[in-house]
Amino acid sequence: MEVQKTALYNYHKNLGAKFVPFAGYEMPIQYKDGIVKEHISTRTHAGFFDVSHMGQFFLEGDETLIESLEKIIPADLKNLKVNHSKYSFLLNNEGGIIDDLIITRTEKGFCTILNAACKENDIKQISQFLNKDHKHLLNNDLSLIALQGPKSVEILEELIPGVANLKFMTGSNFEYEGEKLYVTRSGYTGEDGFEISISNIKVEKLIDNLISNEVKPIGLGARDTLRLEAGLCLYGHDLNEKINPVEANLKWAIAKKRKEAGGFNGWEKIKNLLANGSEKIRVGIKPDGKVIARENTKIFSSDNNEIGFVTSGTFGPSVNAPVAMGYVKSEFSKIGTSIQLEVRGKKYGGKISELPFYKKSYVK
Amino acid sequence: MSEKKFSKKHEWVSLDGDVATVGITKHATEMLGDIVFVEVPDAGKAVEKEGQAAVVESTKAASDVYSPISGEITEGNKAIADDPGSVNSDPEGASWFFKLKIKDKGEYDSLMSKDEYDKFCKENPS
Repeated sequence: MEVQKTALYNYHKNLGAKFVPFAGYEMPIQYKDGIVKEHISTRTHAGFFDVSHMGQFFLEGDETLIESLEKIIPADLKNLKVNHSKYSFLLNNEGGIIDDLIITRTEKGFCTILNAACKENDIKQISQFLNKDHKHLLNNDLSLIALQGPKSVEILEELIPGVANLKFMTGSNFEYEGEKLYVTRSGYTGEDGFEISISNIKVEKLIDNLISNEVKPIGLGARDTLRLEAGLCLYGHDLNEKINPVEANLKWAIAKKRKEAGGFNGWEKIKNLLANGSEKIRVGIKPDGKVIARENTKIFSSDNNEIGFVTSGTFGPSVNAPVAMGYVKSEFSKIGTSIQLEVRGKKYGGKISELPFYKKSYVK
Repeated sequence: MSEKKFSKKHEWVSLDGDVATVGITKHATEMLGDIVFVEVPDAGKAVEKEGQAAVVESTKAASDVYSPISGEITEGNKAIADDPGSVNSDPEGASWFFKLKIKDKGEYDSLMSKDEYDKFCKENPS
């Protein structure tokens, strides 16, 4: 497959980006400042992220569209108001997570933001439940820019008046440079911020304006440290098709009504897990010292039995310590439980920790 | 102290009598990015030329640090283990990784000079 580039590829290059292949795209992993500085400037000021590799998948249809989507998405789409968004997932027959996503109700249907690596398969999976009256479009003419950090609101309000009125996980249409664009108050860093869906033609202009407001470009490296500190999952690492929402400690994302009424892929299994608990569960992990427990690090109990594995691990610049997430047998999942992490053949102490590692309050 | 010599794996060595001091080059730190974890060897450990001797981790990944020279470790620099970020600020000075008593000065002589190393980096960008 040919390597794809976002509309901002050359722009990133001029900003001094280092690129890595990611989900079939050449994406910036970092810019000149490096991951730690990019991370800190997002937490203290604001940063922008080009997340245009993610799929912006639009669905249109009548009432039957909701029924169709609810077969694969366990959110309460029927009662989702226009311009409101939910974090949810696509589920397979075993209740495994095909992808995690944000779904927003639009005037004519829904928009879902899909992970880049999953989007082709996601569309195939969703399409199985659609009928001929349902229209769908993966819109590649749109870029997606995340603006994240405490100063995001005051900066974006200057450029796009009205965005300050948005509450977390809601969105609206706005005018910018004579063109319509869609802004949601959301993000994946644990900070207040926005995601801006804007045409590929206008995106450079928007970025020019953000940069002149001292918004720094942030690469995938800092996006990873930010989301991990915020306790958020990365598909393909913390989540995959063999992991269900109960194991992933994401049962909060299944709508209450749907938990009871079911009618979605894997419900029988999930209902049983909701009642009885799962064998393993996703937890936060803090190594005691400075050692970094990366993905696939084996986790042992204090009496040396293997109890799980790490799915994401790095150094958290705002926590100023290593942080990790992983799966352990449920009986070891209590906050504060002492564990051991096997790194390069040596065992290091650690503890099951509360998530998120870093807490900020969203604008509600 | 002798002039610094350099390895293809981006370590530097300086020699004082038969005790060598080893660290990673500025070029290496620039490739690694922000260094957040360092593990240095304990005194008494025997290392072979090009054998794994220490570990350095950036926000991105873990990398082994090899000894460009054989010998017995006399000291690991605990200061950089306590403050890994200091490797980014002074990699070729205070933030050395370990000292070792060498067996064969020929191994030191065969390493690259500063000029040769700079040329090597230019020809092998990564």
